[in-house]
Amino acid sequence: MTIRRNLFRNGGNLLAATETIRMSTLSLLLAMVVSAIIMAICRYNPFEAFGAIFTGAFGNSRAISQTLVHATPLMFTGLAFTIAKKASLINIGVEGQMYMGAIATAWIGALDFGLPAVLHLPLAILFGAVAGALLAGLVGFLKVRFGSNEVISTIVLNTIAINITGYLANYPLKADGPTAQTNRILPTAELPRLFQGYQLTAAFFIAIAVCAIIYLVMNKSLLGYEIRCVGYNRLAAQTAGIPIGRVMVVTMLISGAVAGLAGAMLVLGVDKRFIVGFSPGYGYNGISVAALAADNPIGVVFAGLIFGALNAGSMVLNRTTRIPTDFINVIQAFVIIFVSAPLLVKDILPFHKLRRKHDK
Amino acid sequence: MRVVEMHDIVKDYPLTRALDHVDFALDSGSIHSLLGENGAGKSTLMKILYGMCTPDQGHIQIKGQSERITNPRQAINLGIGMVHQHFMLAPVMTVAENIVVGSEPDTGLLFDSRKAALVVDQLIARYGFCIKANERVSNLSVGEQQRVEILKALYHGAEILILDEPTAVLTPQEVEELFVIMRELRKAGKSIILITHKLKETLAIADTLSVLRDGRMITSGLSIEGVSADDLARMMVGRDVDLEMTNRSKTIGPISLQVRGLTLKGKEKNILSDLSFDLHRNEILGIAGIEGNGQSELIEVLTGLAKAEAIVFQHEGTTLSGDAHDFIQLKIGHVPEDRSTRGLIKEMTVEENLMLGYHRSPRFNRRGFFRPSAVRDFAQRMIKDYTIKTGSSRQRCGSLSGGNQQKVVIARVFSEDPDLIIVAQPTRGVDIGAMHYIHERLFELRDQGKAILLVSADLDEVRRLSDRIAVMYDGRIVSISKPGEYTETQLGLMMTGSSVEGCKDDNQA
Repeated sequence: MTIRRNLFRNGGNLLAATETIRMSTLSLLLAMVVSAIIMAICRYNPFEAFGAIFTGAFGNSRAISQTLVHATPLMFTGLAFTIAKKASLINIGVEGQMYMGAIATAWIGALDFGLPAVLHLPLAILFGAVAGALLAGLVGFLKVRFGSNEVISTIVLNTIAINITGYLANYPLKADGPTAQTNRILPTAELPRLFQGYQLTAAFFIAIAVCAIIYLVMNKSLLGYEIRCVGYNRLAAQTAGIPIGRVMVVTMLISGAVAGLAGAMLVLGVDKRFIVGFSPGYGYNGISVAALAADNPIGVVFAGLIFGALNAGSMVLNRTTRIPTDFINVIQAFVIIFVSAPLLVKDILPFHKLRRKHDK
Repeated sequence: MRVVEMHDIVKDYPLTRALDHVDFALDSGSIHSLLGENGAGKSTLMKILYGMCTPDQGHIQIKGQSERITNPRQAINLGIGMVHQHFMLAPVMTVAENIVVGSEPDTGLLFDSRKAALVVDQLIARYGFCIKANERVSNLSVGEQQRVEILKALYHGAEILILDEPTAVLTPQEVEELFVIMRELRKAGKSIILITHKLKETLAIADTLSVLRDGRMITSGLSIEGVSADDLARMMVGRDVDLEMTNRSKTIGPISLQVRGLTLKGKEKNILSDLSFDLHRNEILGIAGIEGNGQSELIEVLTGLAKAEAIVFQHEGTTLSGDAHDFIQLKIGHVPEDRSTRGLIKEMTVEENLMLGYHRSPRFNRRGFFRPSAVRDFAQRMIKDYTIKTGSSRQRCGSLSGGNQQKVVIARVFSEDPDLIIVAQPTRGVDIGAMHYIHERLFELRDQGKAILLVSADLDEVRRLSDRIAVMYDGRIVSISKPGEYTETQLGLMMTGSSVEGCKDDNQA
C-alpha cells in the first residue's frame, strides 16, 4: 500500500509503467503456457520444445549472438510501427518500407565511388533510411491530401514495393548467377563484425541507440509533443493550432526511415546484398514487438530481444527436434491476443484479482 | 413508508474515499433531491443502489427487505430504474422498440411489434407523455428522448426512479415539462431520486433533500420547507456563496471585434446566415440559444477552425484570416465548449495540457526540446493560482475531476493575457465553487479591458454575466440587447424561435 501510494505521488506515471510491464510480462508467460498446452495436445513435448528454444537462444555465446542478430531487425520494425502509432497511425507498410530501404542500401553499397568506409557505410545507411521514408511519406501525403486510409494504402504499397524491388534485383541490378539478388556490397560499406566468427555487428547497438533517440524525441521534444497530441486527440490538437497534416506526414517519414534502417542493417550486416524475399516477415512481426512493448520505444528494445530469442531458438528447435517451428508463430500470435486484451488476462489470472483486493 | 434505506455505505477508490459511512433513505411517493458538487459522491451512491458498483461496506434495504444488489438487472427486478445523463437509446429504432428492449413481447418466435406499440401507447397515455410510439428516436428532441428513457424504466416496472442530472440537457421550457411529468409520476405513487447540483430546481420540485459533500452526508432527508437557496449552497460548498453575483461593466470600451455578414453554408441550408455584431473592450457579450442553433459553428469560425463563405471580420482594425495557430498568435483566447474533445488531451499530463496551444513559446523550449524545469515551474504556478486540485503536475489530466479539468483549460487561456476571449460553456459540469471562481475571473478580465464572447447553454449564467445578450436561433441572431430588457420567458421563447416569425417570413421570401 505504501509503495502504491508513493508511486501515485510521482504522478501515477511510475505506477502506469510498472502496471504495463506487469501486463506485458504476464501476457508473454500466458502465451507460452497456452502454446505449451497446444503442443501437448498435438502430442509434442512442450518441455523439449522450450528447452530447445532456450538452448538456441541462450545456450552458448554463439546462441546469444544469434539472439541479438535476430533481435536487431525486429527492434527497427517494432520501433517503426510504434512511431506511427504515437500519432495514431497504423503503419502496416513497415515490410514494404524495409524492402525499399534494403534495395537502396544494396545499390549504394555495391557502387564503387572510391569512398573510404567512414563515408561509404553512412551513405549506404542514409540511402536506406531515405528510401523507406519516401515510401511511408507518400502514405502520409495520400492520407492528408486525399483522406485515404493508411492501413489500406500501406498494404497495397507493400505488394508494390516488394515487386518493384524484386524487379530491380531480377533485371537492372541483378548479379551474375542463377539467384535473384544484387551484387555483393563493397567491403567499405560492410558493417564490421564485433567478434571474429560471430554474426553480431554494430547494427544491434545502432538499433538500441535509435530506440533511445526516438524515446527522447517522443517524450522531450516539441515534435514528439505535437505527434502525441495528434495521436491522442486530433480535434484538441487542431484547436491548439498544431498543423495536424504536417505532423502526420513527418511522423510517417520518421517511421519509414526507421523501417528503411531495418532493411539497410540486414543488407550491410547479414546478407551483404539484396536477396529477393529476404524477409521472413520482419515488418509484420514488428507489430507484435510493438504490441508487447506497449508502444514504448524503450520497451521495443526488450520486446525485440524476446522475439529475437524466440526466432534464434526456433533454429535449434528445427534442427534438434521434430517439433514444427510454426509454434514460434503460435506463441507470437498469442502474445498479441493477450496484450491487446488486458481484461482477458486479468480474468484468466485469479491471483491478479486477489492482489488487488489485498492492496485495499 | 421507506422504500429505500442505505446504511453506513463506504466506497473507496485508490487514495480517495468516495463515500464515507453514508446513510440515505427515500420515502414512498416523494421526490427526493440528492444535492452535491461534482465529485461529492452523488453518482457513486446511486450507482451502488442501481448495482453498477458494489460498496465496500454497508447494506441496503428495499421496501424493508435486505438486499445485495450486484448488477443493474437485479436492481430492475427490485423495481429500481435509472435514467442516465447520457441517453442509452438506439436512434434508428422507434420509441416502442427502444422501450421494450430487454423484455420484448413476442409471438413465440418473432418480435411482436404491434403489441409493443400497443403496450407503449397505453403507457404514454397513462402518464400523459405526448410522444408517439412509432416515431423514430432520431426525430425526437432531447426532452422527448428523455421521456423515452423514463418510459423505458417504467415499462420495466420501476417504482423507484433515479434521474441523473436530468435538466442538464434541457431548455427552460423542457425543464418545466419534465417537472410536470415528475409530479404526475409522484401522484401515481412512484418515488423519485433527483441527482442534481442545481439549487433552483431542487427548491422547485423536491419534497425532501439530502446533501453530500466530499463523500459525507451533510444532511439527510431534510424537508424542503423553509429552506433557502443560500442554505443549500452553504451546505454544498461548505461556506457562504453569493449566488446572485452580477457585476455589469462600468465603462464599455472601443470595438474590439467586428463581424459583418457572417454566412456559413451547410449541406442543405445555411448553418449561419448573415450574422453581424460588434464586441467591445470591457464587455461580455453573451450568446443565448439552444444547442445546435449555430453556436458551435460560430465559435469555430471565430477561432480559425472553420472557414466561412462570407465574412468581414476585423479584430482591432485588422482583418482576420488564417488557421487556429494564427488566431492564437493574434492573442485570441479560446475556451472550447467541450473540454474532452477540443479542450484537453486526457491521456497527457496536467503540465502538458497547461501549455497546449502555447507550447511553441520560447519560454518552454530551447532548440526543439522542452525545458522541463520551465514547464514544471509554469505548471506549479498555474496549479497554485487557479487552485487546481491535482496530486502533481505530472498526473494524467483525465484523472482530474471535471471542474479541475476545466480550470486547466481556463488557466491556460487566461494566463496568456489574450485581448479577445471566446469562452464556451465555461462552467459545464463544474461545481458551484469552481463556477463562482471562473465567473469572478471573467469579470476581472473584462474590467482589465478584455473583450469576452460568452456562449453558454445555461441561461442563468448568460443573464448574470453578460453586459449584452444576443439570442441565436437557426443560425441567426434574432435579438441583441441588454439583459435587463428580457424576461426569462421572453428569452426562452426567442431561443425556440417562437417570436421570430418575421425572420421566418424573410426566409421564405
